[in-house]
Amino acid sequence: MSDVLLSLRGVHKSYGATRALRGVDLDLHAGEVLALVGENGAGKSTLVKMLTGVVPMEEGAIVLNGAPQCFTNAQDSQNAGILAVHQETVMFEELSVAENIFVGRHLMRGPFIDWASINAQSQTVLTNIGARFTATTLVKDLSLAERHLVEIARALSQKALVVILDEPTAALSQAEIRDFYGIVRKLRDQGVGVIFITHKFDEIFAVADRYLVLRDGAAVGTGAIADATEQEMVRLMAGREIDQIYPHIDSVPGEEVLSVKNLSHPTEFQGLHFNLRRGEILGFYGLVGSGRSEAMLAIMGLNPQATGDFHVMGRKLDAKRPGDAIAAGIAYVPEERQRQGGILSFSVQDNISLAGLSRFARGPWLSAMKESALCKRMTERLRIKTASPHTLLSGLSGGNQQKVVIAKWLGLDPKIVILDEPTKGIDVGAKQAVYHLIAEMVKEGLSVILVSSELPEVMNLAHRVIVMRHGLQVAELAREDIHAETIVAAASGLDGFSVHGRSNAVGVTA
Amino acid sequence: MKAWNTWERVLLALLVLLLVVFGITQPGFMSADTLADSTFNFSEKGLLALAIALLIVCGEIDLSIAAILALCSLAMGYSMRAGLGPWGIAGAALVTGVVAGGFNGVLVTRYKLPSIVVTIGTLSLYRGLALVVLGDQSISGYPEVFSTLGNSYLGEVIGVRWLIVPIEFVLLCVFALAVGLVLHRTIMGRRIYAIGANPVAARFSGIEADRYRFALFVFAGLMAAVAAILLTGRIGSTRPNIAMGWELDAITMVILGGVAIEGGRGSIVGTMLAVLILGLFTFGMGMANVTGIVMSMVIGILLIVSMVLPRMLKRQRAHE
Amino acid sequence: MKNLLTIRREWLLLGIIVVIALAVGARAPVFLTLRNGMDIANDSAILAILVMGQMMVLLTRGIDLSVASNLALTGMVCALVGKAFPGVNIVILIAIALAVGALLGSVNGWLITGFNLPPIVVTLGTLSAYRGAIFVASKGAWISDQDIHVAIKGLPREVWLGLPALVWFALIVLALSAVFLKLRKEGREIYALGGNPHAATYVGISVPSRLRLVYTLSGMLAGLAGLLWVGRYSIAYTELAAGYELTVVAACVIGGVSIGGGVGTVLGAALGVLFIGVVNGALPVIQVSPFWQQAISGAVILISVTVNSRSERRAGRQILERQGVLA
Repeated sequence: MSDVLLSLRGVHKSYGATRALRGVDLDLHAGEVLALVGENGAGKSTLVKMLTGVVPMEEGAIVLNGAPQCFTNAQDSQNAGILAVHQETVMFEELSVAENIFVGRHLMRGPFIDWASINAQSQTVLTNIGARFTATTLVKDLSLAERHLVEIARALSQKALVVILDEPTAALSQAEIRDFYGIVRKLRDQGVGVIFITHKFDEIFAVADRYLVLRDGAAVGTGAIADATEQEMVRLMAGREIDQIYPHIDSVPGEEVLSVKNLSHPTEFQGLHFNLRRGEILGFYGLVGSGRSEAMLAIMGLNPQATGDFHVMGRKLDAKRPGDAIAAGIAYVPEERQRQGGILSFSVQDNISLAGLSRFARGPWLSAMKESALCKRMTERLRIKTASPHTLLSGLSGGNQQKVVIAKWLGLDPKIVILDEPTKGIDVGAKQAVYHLIAEMVKEGLSVILVSSELPEVMNLAHRVIVMRHGLQVAELAREDIHAETIVAAASGLDGFSVHGRSNAVGVTA
Repeated sequence: MKAWNTWERVLLALLVLLLVVFGITQPGFMSADTLADSTFNFSEKGLLALAIALLIVCGEIDLSIAAILALCSLAMGYSMRAGLGPWGIAGAALVTGVVAGGFNGVLVTRYKLPSIVVTIGTLSLYRGLALVVLGDQSISGYPEVFSTLGNSYLGEVIGVRWLIVPIEFVLLCVFALAVGLVLHRTIMGRRIYAIGANPVAARFSGIEADRYRFALFVFAGLMAAVAAILLTGRIGSTRPNIAMGWELDAITMVILGGVAIEGGRGSIVGTMLAVLILGLFTFGMGMANVTGIVMSMVIGILLIVSMVLPRMLKRQRAHE
Repeated sequence: MKNLLTIRREWLLLGIIVVIALAVGARAPVFLTLRNGMDIANDSAILAILVMGQMMVLLTRGIDLSVASNLALTGMVCALVGKAFPGVNIVILIAIALAVGALLGSVNGWLITGFNLPPIVVTLGTLSAYRGAIFVASKGAWISDQDIHVAIKGLPREVWLGLPALVWFALIVLALSAVFLKLRKEGREIYALGGNPHAATYVGISVPSRLRLVYTLSGMLAGLAGLLWVGRYSIAYTELAAGYELTVVAACVIGGVSIGGGVGTVLGAALGVLFIGVVNGALPVIQVSPFWQQAISGAVILISVTVNSRSERRAGRQILERQGVLA
């Protein structure tokens, strides 16, 4: 193996009282793929933000090619040769692919931009990585997978030393993932050091040379993939036995509370057909972008072009507006808590009462008394950590913000609660709290639809799992039949195909 | 949302300062009669400001409101010529206002167009229509009652001699109170703040954002109509350039009053204080024989200063 | 494929302009003469100059409502200078116009970037401030024909190589704008910054300095327009061009420049100007009272913005795999 290209020593970072990173050491060699592994909230994204200069380092050292680095902004780290490809691509939609690749460093001929060279060079890189679109296409006409390719093209074109890929295959199909692995190998063969962030086992074993596991902000294990096993990886990532994180669900599903038939949309999903029973946790698993959230929005009356037959407790629901669904007892906790779930500039109390203002008021008049009683009740029940009910939502941690959003809905005493990726981006402690909350909810007779792309969550909490792929319902599995392989295969389009039938994989080079 | 906060305190201090300065430099300013008379100049604008405040808090804007006023005044003129009595004339204004405001509302909610462009368009359209219909003519000869509405004092009408408050100002205060109660104390008001602060989250929480937006545009048209009735009554005639440029004055009052242009923040108390400040300021400058244009200049500078100052202070505090 | 739709929009606008011109020409053939064409071009030249500046501001998700006041103030300053120094050279006057206009524009830029203020409110403030400053500078007096400097009056009346000077100025400004926005880094960065301000910082674009640049350019062009306006109409007074900023924004919107930033072309904006010019020129010919101008302008804005938004809207994300149908 070649020399160390990038090394981090003793990197610390705290956000107020929360320690996001505790003395992390990392070594990356040129021409290798390092898998950076860990659950949500383990510190991976904080580490990436430091490497890309978005967040300043407090303590520790970054050394690139032997030279110590100090990044004050994103530009510094890019100039040093570190480039990142994130899940949400950093793109200019109205500009062409070529211009996106060269933005900020246009090639010039005299005083003018040399479009001919820009287009030609971009096309070369694109062909090199097997892209099927031209350099003059506008980015707004590209799919998410294609946009990722543009970002990689940008990295290659900038002669990056280190390329960080942050959960890049979350939204890709199986075929696209295979192509992607090929591109990662090409990067590696060109001497680039690749940091591949993921929490999917099959990827770690398919494409990485070495691994580094983060847990609760600390580096807990590193080594060669060749010497690793899956169980080892799980143990390092979770740090505790599975049944310590996930509560025991002791509720037996009762009668049907929701029935959905023929749920369809012109472009987003088609022919969805399922039911939900009292006290049941119904998991909805699928890759990012498979249409699950859009389907849930339809049940909630937030997707005007969708059509379908809904019956809640036997009564027909004509969900044309959110108010109808709420009145029928359905609640939806959305995926993006800051954009869709809560209002950051409102106080905790005002957020909690937002969906049920008419219930916690006196006629048309607001009632501070009723609202504060509600707030107190929910804050206690969900153990929300906030200095006062009047603290702005923006002042709370991610986990507590999520609790406030859930509180808003629980305060309405719903019968059916739809949770869309409820543990996205929150730390392990808060995640546990949410899982226990879900367990309590079904024990009290509520029914839960859990939309999630975290396999362990779905496997350990759900009574039944419905798998969606590209807007279609491809499988419905009962608890006994829930195996990781089946679910992943269905979600990725390999029905009946075992994705990792090998637990002692030795660097597969497919 | 709170109606009384730091900014309102600053405004109140500014108002007091203004009264003191003008009281000293302009003899006769601080007399009850003068102050009462000063309100004629800004009562109609204040009505417009109330409607615009609601719209901006909700995340929208209406640049056409003064043009709607002109159309309403036009409707009054034509209904008068058609022989309608005072109720009919007033009714014509109200209907015109509601329809014109509703048109704005439909374009913004059904066609999802940005309100700034829509109302720039309707501003030209409505003002243009007034021009087309009236040319450079004017209509006058309105029934006595309108002049009373626009020019008289409450005391005169109800027979209480010492009540020298103009009817216009009373109406402004009544509307201000009503709007203030709605915005700060009712469910509807809370929802308006939510829509302005985060329209996506508001919608996901079951709030029918489009209905509220539509209602607020119609309300703006209604306020323009009421202002038209009062203004036409006060000056006694309708010209196509009636209330020209008043939308800028109204927006200035609202911004000065602490309503954030991004939406989701602001209070009616602040807006009304700003209406008083700008109104009395204009009146006082008029007493000192300063021309309208120079006053506009000072107001423009004031608008900018009122936004720069809080940010400068915040920065200083952050440095310490 | 989608590129076709954008080009189609500009063709559509051109088509509408041609249809209107032909329709009017059918009623009154004098409309289609070269002479009339020159008149329309002359009348539209100043608007074109202003529109280039406003377009750049709109591209950055901003707006400049102070352009008309800037125009009038700079025009008044030039007129005053011309009156006080009869021997002054026209080149100096042009330089003064550009400098004063740029200065006034840079105040906007400084306030917006220095204090993070919303452009609409800042330029509303400077709109009033600059307008008032005209009164103060001129003490309310008009500068009428006999006091306007000969060179200022003469400039718009010059004819070079068969084209009126005003048209030359407009064409030069259009050409320079096109080159700037297509072939200069700063120009491309303006598109990027308007399209995705967050990403722009991430890739190293200095957002504040680009913003200051566009407001300064907008002001500079307004200054030039002011000098030409004063020369063309041989008058300078406080209320000059009052309200014209809305016509400028209208021309941009009609020409497909998006209020939301990041979208717009010089060709489209120029067609927007041409549209307004043709309509305004057509009204007297078909004996429609000029009072209709404003109403028509307003209606056209509404129609064009509705049409633009319809073509941009996408029907939700395409998640279902397309079954063999071509995209």
